[in-house]
Amino acid sequence: MGIEVRNIGKQFGAFAALDNISLSINSGELVALLGPSGSGKTTLLRIIAGMESADVGEILLYGAAANNKPAGERNVGFVFQHYALFRHMTVFDNIAFGLTVRPKETRPSKAAIRERVFNLLKMVHLENFHDRYPHQLSGGQRQRVALARALAVEPKMLLLDEPFGALDAKVRQELRRWLRRLHDEIHLTSVFVTHDQEEAMEVADRVVVMSNGRIEQIGTPEEVYHHPANAFVYDFLGNYNEFTGWQENAGSALNLIDYERQTDAPAGAKIVKVFARPHDMDVSKTDTFGGESIAAKVMHINPAGALVKLELERVRNPGLLLQAEISQDAVLAQAIRKSDVVYVRPRATRIFMNS
Amino acid sequence: MKSSSTVLPGFRLTLAFTILYLLVIVLIPLAGLFVRSATLSADEFIAAVSAPRVMASYRVTFLAAFAAALINAVFGFLIAWVLVRYKFAGKKLCDTLIDLPFALPTAVAGIAMAALYAPDGWIGKYLAMMGLQIAFNPYGIVVVLAFVSLPFVVRTLQPVLQDLDKDIEEAALGLGATRAQTFWRVLLPHVAPAWITGVTMALARALGEYGSVIFIAGNLPMVSEIVPVIIVSKLEQYDYAGATAVALVMLLASFALLLLVNVLQGWSARRMRA
Repeated sequence: MGIEVRNIGKQFGAFAALDNISLSINSGELVALLGPSGSGKTTLLRIIAGMESADVGEILLYGAAANNKPAGERNVGFVFQHYALFRHMTVFDNIAFGLTVRPKETRPSKAAIRERVFNLLKMVHLENFHDRYPHQLSGGQRQRVALARALAVEPKMLLLDEPFGALDAKVRQELRRWLRRLHDEIHLTSVFVTHDQEEAMEVADRVVVMSNGRIEQIGTPEEVYHHPANAFVYDFLGNYNEFTGWQENAGSALNLIDYERQTDAPAGAKIVKVFARPHDMDVSKTDTFGGESIAAKVMHINPAGALVKLELERVRNPGLLLQAEISQDAVLAQAIRKSDVVYVRPRATRIFMNS
Repeated sequence: MKSSSTVLPGFRLTLAFTILYLLVIVLIPLAGLFVRSATLSADEFIAAVSAPRVMASYRVTFLAAFAAALINAVFGFLIAWVLVRYKFAGKKLCDTLIDLPFALPTAVAGIAMAALYAPDGWIGKYLAMMGLQIAFNPYGIVVVLAFVSLPFVVRTLQPVLQDLDKDIEEAALGLGATRAQTFWRVLLPHVAPAWITGVTMALARALGEYGSVIFIAGNLPMVSEIVPVIIVSKLEQYDYAGATAVALVMLLASFALLLLVNVLQGWSARRMRA
């Protein structure tokens, strides 16, 4: 086991930043802590790194209790959102820092440090930047230097706090693919914090979805996306449409009240919220669904991407918006244009018992 | 830069005011010094500025000012650090106390210090038992100069320490640096430009101080007489030319010193450019 978090709790005044968190991260795994701001994900990462201490609970790093170990002795490399490079040092000196501060007995020779730094520079593709200062680098380059600096001390674990949060979209995407490839090469136990679900899905082996200091779900990207444990996870992992439906009783057939052929809930039926992803919506210019659909006006068409994104406003309830994503072909074949009225119907829906 | 090439309006106007203001407030009075001392012949000038008593006063003034600035370099840093880093009862009060030397007429400080450190004063009494005397000798000068110049160091360092990213400290500690290594190798270089600026301002302030020093220094010729005292005593003897000659030397020396420190500060700030 790489990192084991047992019943960790942390209060900031009256606010519970972390509430009884338990989590196991296998050695060599790349895990994302995903959640909105204030969910406690960064606090958890900082507690693992030893930059913050937990009020209760235990941290085990490679089987050894780490609660009272200072950050510098945890064998952890930490990467900050805003790089935290030493501005007055060159790239070389930044990367070498962790080695040069070692006491004489364990400090590598000058030549060994040099070799190690240049190997790392090569790995982060910055061979020719060793004598630059941080302010002479772009954001993406700085973050790569920060990563090299963290790796220089040969940590057993790598912790990254929103590592791509301060970068622009394109660099971000490049860098996270690169991080994934790097991880596949060096297999360092890694945990990174992000609020970007796409990033978590793309990079991580497993995703830990957090909110309000609690873990909502732990699973592979596939699991959390396709089998969300609750409404929060479902909501957080993507856009959705919300409908109202009713069931005779739990488990029986679902009827949507929103359909044009209205079916009001009979007395005693259970009213439920029904969710559907935009890409699970069927869209047709003519009502081919026999009234089991919702009439909506096309407000906006965003053609960028593999799927065309339609923004729709319900005809019967103006102000209630719907989103649908359908293929370019379907849009062309039906000649859907702005201001057209179309009929939509969720193909796959999801209900959560506790919502 | 061509003024028409900047989008910020008012360049010519503000520059004109800047130059006018500097002329009226700073340069013309100083030019007066040159004119006044120019009434002396070269030999007279050299005699006036290099008399043994005057030479001794240069030494006292510069050494005391340097000593005070260095003391404040250390303790001013410490105070700024504590005020920025920690929360404690009475912090606001401490913070306000720092500005007191700015506001207090320095003569008041000098009289108070003289009373305290006099051999029969509250503190002087105990120092006397240990065989130390602060008042009425150069040590007294250092003490009051440290008092009047303290705010400069604290107030220039505070905002910089405030802005210091916690990140870089955590990064250093996380990489295995000790507290001391983190301080010397990471924090200090970040605050050095502001620190140098603050100490320079403290030094400049100490070099020019007069009001508080005269009460505690004892003003013994050759021992604890500062340059301004020499100048005033020359004025009292209607030796205007001699007074301005000494003042001119003091002015040039101070200017050269400040220029040097500014160059040093600029050099260290360039390395820290964000």
